[in-house]
Amino acid sequence: MSSVDALRAAYPEPVRDPFAAPGKLTPPGAEAIVRLTSLEKYFGSNHVLRGVTLEVYPRETICLIGRSGSGKSTLLKCTNFLEEPTAGSVEVANIRVPAAPLATRTRKHREEIRHIRLQAQMVFQEFNLFPHMTVLENVIEGPVRVKRMAQDRAVGIAEKFLDKVGLIDKRDEYPARLSGGQKQRVAIARALAMEPKVLLFDEPTSALDPTLVGEVLHVMAELAHEGSTMMVVTHEMAFAREAADRVYFIEDGVLIEGGPPEEVLDAPRDERTQRFLARLQQKV
Amino acid sequence: MGIGRGEQIGTAVAPGRVHQTMDPIVDQIARQRSRKQVRFRLTVFGTWIVLIGVLIGGLWLGGKINLDFLRQWQAYILGGVPLTLVISASSIFFACILAIFGALGRLSSNAVVYGVASFYVSLVRGTPLIVQILFIYLALPQIWQGFAGIPAITLGIFALSFNYGAYMTEIFRAGIQAIPRGQIDAAHAIGMTDRLTMRRVVLPQAIRIVTPAIGNEFIAMVKDSALVSIISVQELLWRAQTVGASKFRTLETLLLAALVYWVLTIAFSLLQDRLEKRMAESDRRI
Repeated sequence: MSSVDALRAAYPEPVRDPFAAPGKLTPPGAEAIVRLTSLEKYFGSNHVLRGVTLEVYPRETICLIGRSGSGKSTLLKCTNFLEEPTAGSVEVANIRVPAAPLATRTRKHREEIRHIRLQAQMVFQEFNLFPHMTVLENVIEGPVRVKRMAQDRAVGIAEKFLDKVGLIDKRDEYPARLSGGQKQRVAIARALAMEPKVLLFDEPTSALDPTLVGEVLHVMAELAHEGSTMMVVTHEMAFAREAADRVYFIEDGVLIEGGPPEEVLDAPRDERTQRFLARLQQKV
Repeated sequence: MGIGRGEQIGTAVAPGRVHQTMDPIVDQIARQRSRKQVRFRLTVFGTWIVLIGVLIGGLWLGGKINLDFLRQWQAYILGGVPLTLVISASSIFFACILAIFGALGRLSSNAVVYGVASFYVSLVRGTPLIVQILFIYLALPQIWQGFAGIPAITLGIFALSFNYGAYMTEIFRAGIQAIPRGQIDAAHAIGMTDRLTMRRVVLPQAIRIVTPAIGNEFIAMVKDSALVSIISVQELLWRAQTVGASKFRTLETLLLAALVYWVLTIAFSLLQDRLEKRMAESDRRI
């Protein structure tokens, strides 16, 4: 643990995210719903997150941009503990869990992590639908098995969200029969059916055929405008510009700058952000 | 036939005539090739018939096989087939259950659980099946008298399940490990505990993956079930051997038993082929 202690000393804990500001739809006086404090993550000797502090307010959408390997996906996965952070702490919906990479989690911690996961639902790059279940079964699985909701109530909720993502007519299909875009929309419905406080999107359109990206982004933009709280890791700058309250640029595991999209994307202050955006434009 | 060729070359041909091309030489080559394939298969089939005929007919013509004797006893001997199938089916069922627990143990991060599972696999794989059967039937009653009261067939099924469970542990372990990491992440992300993830997401998919392998094990089990004849379970081999030995006609009875095992394994192989094809189709689902 001594090296981690040394790290803590090297990165004194900033209490607040310097870039945080309540979003357009955030109710006045609302407290941040996600607080990542001084998060560190090592994969072996690879230092992926270097003291990330980030706050997300209710009903706002933030986008995380940066090149691959910059730590943006890891940051998202640390938020719901699919990756165990090496140091720092995660707070979601008033449940705060400190990093404990070496210690065995107590039952209380494990339950708290499960509650954080319930409140922060993730949509994956690779969809990860359950292939042995139909679309409807995929969506009701969480409500029925995890939240122990009655089957017919869960079906009602599932149908509402499948309708929202425009796939109610596919409810009895198996995922293998869906296109990538349809799969991802089912995955969004599956996350929504858990009625979480925050939605985490991990490059939701990166595994999609270019022609299918639009239908997924459309659903996501709609969610953002309706006031869902969202953390989105993405390379889609048009989406970030359109839907995000704030955009963060992350490089080498450090949040370089953050702010409204028209600042970060159109008038970046930091040289590294400028370089990244310039490269992105060259590609197009 | 020559469908492949016809389609490749005859794309310009009107619908309904794709089987033939404009070029008679191409058609002729295609027809010749398919005729060659048919001839090959027929020859293989014929060779089998000849070999079987030579084996059995030769023995019969040479006066070595007494068909009347066989006719007299075949009903009794074949009466062992249902028991053979019952033993095989129930043993494979219990072996699957043991194998699931064995596999979970082999994947456990708990050292004691892993130790128990690896001990089981090592013990079973390191000793002959026949020794295990005899041990359970003959040696265990020496430890506790109560074992002597258990019917031989129960002990036989237990021994076979215990043995196959260890081998199938490795099959199930491989099946579980074949499930992509993303599936487990997705299950955890909707708040599932490790146990629920295993039960609802990993195992149902792993069982689909290992189904063909279970088929293979079942076919092997049909043959290995003959070993319980040694503890007087009156299945196919026991009947053949007992009748043959008492009348000094083991040639006939063992030949019949061997043929029955052979037919059974061929039948189950064909069944398995069809099952696998069906499963592959439902996987595609398009």
